[in-house]
Amino acid sequence: MKSGNSSRGAVHVPDASASIAEAHLVEQQERARQKDPQLLRDLLEKMLLIRRFEEKSAEMYTLGKIGGFCHLYIGQEAVGVGAIAALEPEDAVLCSYRDHGQALARGMDPGAIMAELFGKRTGCSKGKGGSMHLFDPAVGFLGGHGIVGGQIPLAAGVAFAAKYLGQSRVTLCFFGEAAVNIGSFHESLNLAQLWKLPVVFICENNEFGMGTPILKTSAIRDLSEKAGSYDMARAVVDGMDVLSVYDGISEAVERARKEDLPTLIEARTYRFMGHSMSDPAHGTYRTREELAEHRQRDPIKRFTSTLESLGIINQEYIDDLDSRIREVVDQAVAFADESPDPAPEDLATDVYLP
Amino acid sequence: MAVLAFREALNQAMREEMQRDERVFLMGEEVGAYNGAYKVSKGLLDEFGPKRVLDTPITELGFTGLGVGAAMAGLRPIVEMMTFNFSLLALDQIVNSAAKMLYMSGGQVGAPMVIRGPGGAGHQLSAQHSQALEAWFCHIPGLKVVTPSTPADAKGLLKTSIRDNNPVIFIESEVLYGLKGEVPEGEYTIPLGVAEIKRPGNDVTLVAHAKMVHVALEAAEELEKEGIDAEIIDPRTLRPLDTETILQSIRKTNRAVIVEEGWPFCGIGAQVVDTIQHQAFDYLDAPILRVTGVDVPMPYAKPLEHLHAPDKARVIDAVHRVTYKN
Repeated sequence: MKSGNSSRGAVHVPDASASIAEAHLVEQQERARQKDPQLLRDLLEKMLLIRRFEEKSAEMYTLGKIGGFCHLYIGQEAVGVGAIAALEPEDAVLCSYRDHGQALARGMDPGAIMAELFGKRTGCSKGKGGSMHLFDPAVGFLGGHGIVGGQIPLAAGVAFAAKYLGQSRVTLCFFGEAAVNIGSFHESLNLAQLWKLPVVFICENNEFGMGTPILKTSAIRDLSEKAGSYDMARAVVDGMDVLSVYDGISEAVERARKEDLPTLIEARTYRFMGHSMSDPAHGTYRTREELAEHRQRDPIKRFTSTLESLGIINQEYIDDLDSRIREVVDQAVAFADESPDPAPEDLATDVYLP
Repeated sequence: MAVLAFREALNQAMREEMQRDERVFLMGEEVGAYNGAYKVSKGLLDEFGPKRVLDTPITELGFTGLGVGAAMAGLRPIVEMMTFNFSLLALDQIVNSAAKMLYMSGGQVGAPMVIRGPGGAGHQLSAQHSQALEAWFCHIPGLKVVTPSTPADAKGLLKTSIRDNNPVIFIESEVLYGLKGEVPEGEYTIPLGVAEIKRPGNDVTLVAHAKMVHVALEAAEELEKEGIDAEIIDPRTLRPLDTETILQSIRKTNRAVIVEEGWPFCGIGAQVVDTIQHQAFDYLDAPILRVTGVDVPMPYAKPLEHLHAPDKARVIDAVHRVTYKN
C-alpha cells in the first residue's frame, strides 16, 4: 500500500442541519451494530465522566479552588475517548494543554487529576504541573504540554524510542488545529514519515485557535491534506462521533503497530466552552446562535440516542450511570479538598535527578 | 598518556559510551556519512550503523524535540548541534520541554540527554555564527551546562554527561577542536560541578572557562615575568558551578578577574561576581573585574573581530588594575 493514497473517502464537514444530523445518526447506528455492546457502554461512560468532571472543574474554578489557566474539553469528548479506546495498555499518549479529557480517557485517577487542578501534593504531578501538565507514565500518559505544537516532536521521539527498543508501543499525539501551522508540526511529520515511526497524529479541529477561527489562520480547509507534503497516510473523522473517531484511529494504530508508519488524522469537533475559563463560552468571536447550533451535535447526546435506539441502554441505565459518575466526581473533589498543599520543601525538588 | 586532539577525545567519549550502553545514540546534521561537520563523529556510523548514528534534516526544533521525547521514553540521546548558534531554533524544546519535564511531571518523567556541539567565535564567521551562548542555558533550572577546555576534560566530562540523568548542554569551543593534549588511558570520568585549578598561584584568581582558559594561561605566563602569580580556576561545569573552589582561591589571593567570551550583560561573570561578593566579601582587596566579549554582535572584519574577544592584553590589564600595578 502506498501510504500517500490511503486517505479515507468520507469527510464529515460539520453541519447542523436536521437532515445531516439524521444521516450522522444512521451512520453511527451502523457503526455501533458492529461493535461489542460493552465497548459502547464503556465509551459512553468515559465521555460522560469527562463531561461531568469538566463541569465540576468549571464550578471549582469559579469558586477559586482551581487557579491559572483551565482549558475545558466539553464538546470534544468523543475525540479523546474514541481515540484512546483504540489503544493497548503499553501505548503512549501525549497531548496539549486541554488535557483533562485525554487523561480521564486514558484511565488516570479522577481524584489525582482534580487534586492536581487544586494544586495539591496528591495531584498526579504533585501540584507542580497544574491543569496543563497532567502526567502518569504508569498508564503511558506522557503529558499535557503547554506550548502549541511543542508536544509533537516529543511524540515522534517517544515513537522513535519504541521502535529503537523493539517495543510494539504506538504513540498517540493530540494537538489543536492551530498547531498545524507551526514549524514543529512540519518538522515532526517529516521525521516521522522519513524514519517510519509508529505514531498517530490527531489534529483536533475545534475551529478556533483561542478566538481566531480557522478560516483566518489556515490557507487550506482540509487540514489532513498537510499529510500530503510528507507522503503520509491521512484521514478525516467526525470528531462528534465517538465511533467515527474509534474506527479511524484503530486503522491508524494498526498501521503504526504493524508497519511502523505514521498517520495524520483530522478530527472535526467543536468546543462548547470558551478557550479557557477566562473566556466566556461564546466569546466575541462566535455568536450564541452558532454555539447553540453546534450543541445540537453534542457527541454525548448523540451517542446516547444511538445506544438507546439499538436497545443497548435505556433511561434507567443512563440515570444510574450519571449518578454513579457524579459520585465519582464528587469524591474526586472531596479528595482534592482534603489533600494537603505541597510542603515548602517541595519547591526545590524534582529539578534534577541524582 | 596518549596525545589526542580535542575532537578525537570527544569522539572517544561517544564511542566508549555507545559501546557501553545500547540506549545511547547520536543524531544531528551530517553526523553520519559526512563524519560530522567538524569531524567529531568520525567513524561512528561505520561502527554503530544507521540505527544509532542518524543524519537529520536541517530542523533543529524537530530533531531536538524528538530527542527529548526519546529520552522521556528510555533512551540516552546525544543531539549534535552543527553549531550552537543553531540551538536557538531548538530553544523551545530545550527550555520548555527538556529542562522542565521532570519538574512539571512531579518527578515522574525526566529527559536524560546531551545536546552538544561547537560554540563561540572564530575565523571571521560574523554575527550569526559567532557567539558564546552558555549564559543563556545557565539561566535555566533543569539544565546542566558543561564547557571543557582541554582534550582530557572533554573526554571525561562528555562521558559523565552522557551518563547523567538530566539534560546536559555541552558546548565545545570551535577553535579548540584541533588542540592537542594528554588524555589518560583507560576508563575515566570527571564529575560535573567540580572545577579544576589549571594553574596554582597566590596573587590573583582568574576564573575562566573553555577557550578563555588558554587566554588566561597566556596572560599568567606574562604576568609571572612581572612577579604576579595568577591562579587560574576552570569551573569546567558552569551549572552546577563549583563555587567552593572559586571561593577558596579568593580567600587566598583576595583578588579576582573573570574572563569569558560571552557578552557582559547577565553573563557568567555576573553570576561569579555575585557569589564572591556574597560569600567572600571580607576577603577582597580590590573590586572584582570582568573581561568579556564586547557588548555588540560579532563583526566580520578581522581587526574588529580581534577587538571583540578577550585577549591576553585585556586580561593582563585587568590584573594590573586589581593588583594596583597601574
